[in-house]
Amino acid sequence: MSQVAEGAGPASAPGVVPGADPGGARGAAYDGLRLRSVTKRFATFTAVDDLDLDVPAGSFFALLGPSGCGKTTTLRMVAGLETPTSGSITLGEQDITWAKPYRRPVNTVFQSYALFPHLDIFENVAFGLRRRKRKDVKEKVAEMLDLVELGSQARKKPAQLSGGQQQRVALARALINEPEVLLLDEPLGALDLKLRRGMQIELKRIQTEVGLTFVHVTHDQEEAMTMADTVAVMNAGVIEQMGAPAELYENPRSTFVANFLGQSNLVAGTVLSRSADLTTVDMHGIQVSVPTARTHTDGDAGWVGIRPEKVLIGDEGAELDAPGNTIPGGVVTDVSFVGVSTQYLVRMPWGQELQVFAQNTGRQRLFTTGERVELSWRPEYAFLLDAAQDASAGAQRDGA
Amino acid sequence: MAPPTTPTLAPPDAPPPSTDLADAEPDTGRKRGLTGYLLLLPAAVWLALFFVVPFYSLAATSLYDPSGSDFRGYEMTYAFGNYVDAVQEYWTPLLRALAYGAAATLICLVLGYVLAYAIAFRAGRWKNLMLVLVIAPFFTSFLLRTLSWKLILADDGYVVDTLQFLHLLGDDGRLLATPVAVVAGLAYNFLPFMVLPLYASIDKIDPRLIEASSDLYAHPAVGFLKVTWPLSLPGVVSGTLLTFIPAAGDYINAQLLGSPNQRVIGSVIQSQFTDAGDYPSAAALSMVLMVLIVALVLVYVRRAGTEELL
Repeated sequence: MSQVAEGAGPASAPGVVPGADPGGARGAAYDGLRLRSVTKRFATFTAVDDLDLDVPAGSFFALLGPSGCGKTTTLRMVAGLETPTSGSITLGEQDITWAKPYRRPVNTVFQSYALFPHLDIFENVAFGLRRRKRKDVKEKVAEMLDLVELGSQARKKPAQLSGGQQQRVALARALINEPEVLLLDEPLGALDLKLRRGMQIELKRIQTEVGLTFVHVTHDQEEAMTMADTVAVMNAGVIEQMGAPAELYENPRSTFVANFLGQSNLVAGTVLSRSADLTTVDMHGIQVSVPTARTHTDGDAGWVGIRPEKVLIGDEGAELDAPGNTIPGGVVTDVSFVGVSTQYLVRMPWGQELQVFAQNTGRQRLFTTGERVELSWRPEYAFLLDAAQDASAGAQRDGA
Repeated sequence: MAPPTTPTLAPPDAPPPSTDLADAEPDTGRKRGLTGYLLLLPAAVWLALFFVVPFYSLAATSLYDPSGSDFRGYEMTYAFGNYVDAVQEYWTPLLRALAYGAAATLICLVLGYVLAYAIAFRAGRWKNLMLVLVIAPFFTSFLLRTLSWKLILADDGYVVDTLQFLHLLGDDGRLLATPVAVVAGLAYNFLPFMVLPLYASIDKIDPRLIEASSDLYAHPAVGFLKVTWPLSLPGVVSGTLLTFIPAAGDYINAQLLGSPNQRVIGSVIQSQFTDAGDYPSAAALSMVLMVLIVALVLVYVRRAGTEELL
């Protein structure tokens, strides 16, 4: 973990402008959540480092990163459970940097739910309304319990419910207050896989229904991508990259993002020439091109990146339908037939093994270990990253 | 929405596991039962020897003919009048003992709660040291500790001097030989019995619950009343019981720090047994005190809504 942080930390600074105005929402009319230069230092380390963030009102925003990257600290600062060392947090026109947590129009779904064990489900959900002396508690709680399909459990204690039900109580307890921003701290982390997938769809549905701003903290990239409109990838206290899930996945700007969101093949190369729309790179003696818009380094060297499913595999000399980058001389070293696809490891002439995911369309035969093959990809899918970054940054799922 | 929880793999009407297991079960069950009783035996013998027999003897003594004596022996006459006589003569020290015990318990609760809360939530790495300090007074004898309060509250001691200087106490006012001294001594001596159960209860409270209450618009004071206090109730109940029961029966504090005007029922019982040699009366008073305390505890526990503790 620490190795990842060291590798990507310093390198990420120049290439990425954190929070560079993703929604284009500037000016006085901005009614979302906005963090400016927020820094949180604890005794020995900096959890969040000069963070800028814009979360447009009504969006489903995900803060994605490995544990210890500062995402939960960021969330807690928005909730008011931590105070920033410096910087400001505003919600619409309102500066809430120093507001007490109980005075913020913000509610949290806690990681372990933090349901009140001595109160029944009804009173748990009613807690926020009662504190604000609302009159229509009974109807509103009943309505909210129906929304999360727990109407029949109102008089049970939290300990009598299953994990999935407790999760929904926690959601209802926060949602009922109609906060301007709902914060979700790894809310699905304690659920088993099957339940988690169901809840992901459910959360997304509820968010669309109530139209509130959701800020969702997670380390699960799949969860972030399936649920959020905008994903901010966080690492070592800074935001590496922010954007729509597809944009992040297709055009990562750092090795950390390339590896943390899905998988990437990263091959060392030297830049030969740059033009307005194409950068030509020498990759171990083979010339490949990368669109300049996907070139995220100014240096002479870089990592040529390509997603495994964008790589086509074929017999040597086969006319593949990808015009552009063709790399001959590969040898298949491993074949994993998954069913929907086949995952190959192909050893390249320079010794590196590249990953290839071939969709099982039936148009192509299976290759076997030891076969000589040729790889190719369309130039528009490739990207070029800063050579100073660690090629294994963020690859914790396969590597460490 | 995800199907209402427990998407069990096995159908609900699945047959009971394996018949082999079911057959084997009674056997192990019987064995376990026997072991259980054997394990209970030492405690049962202990209870019989040191509780049931003495209790029976005390109850019997309380009904002996009051005209008997240690020398001539006692006669069982089912003299229920012993109770009437004892209560009529000694109801003041009886009520006084309960009142002193209650006052000391209340003081212990306030002081102990603050202390236990601080140790549980704020002490950090000093937690264990502070807990040891709470118990530290037990390393000296109870009598010695109570006697030293005699010095602290003495007429020419600094506490009295200070209070007189501040005109909170008249020039010839004193603390010793007043109810204040007795209650202070009781509170001091029984404070650890309050702090430890309170600490055990408060320490178990997940601080995230307090954060959650704050997140849900509860001012810290409201959060305390609605979350921390109810969750610490088991500690409050056991702490007050552990303090009140011995404090109500204690007579050392009243004897050493009070005057005959602060005489409590414990003193009366003691002198009836040892000085007057009036066993039936002493036994009757002991029984009354015991029944009163049990009754108070039952009412209290019921009111606190924590019957499941007992």
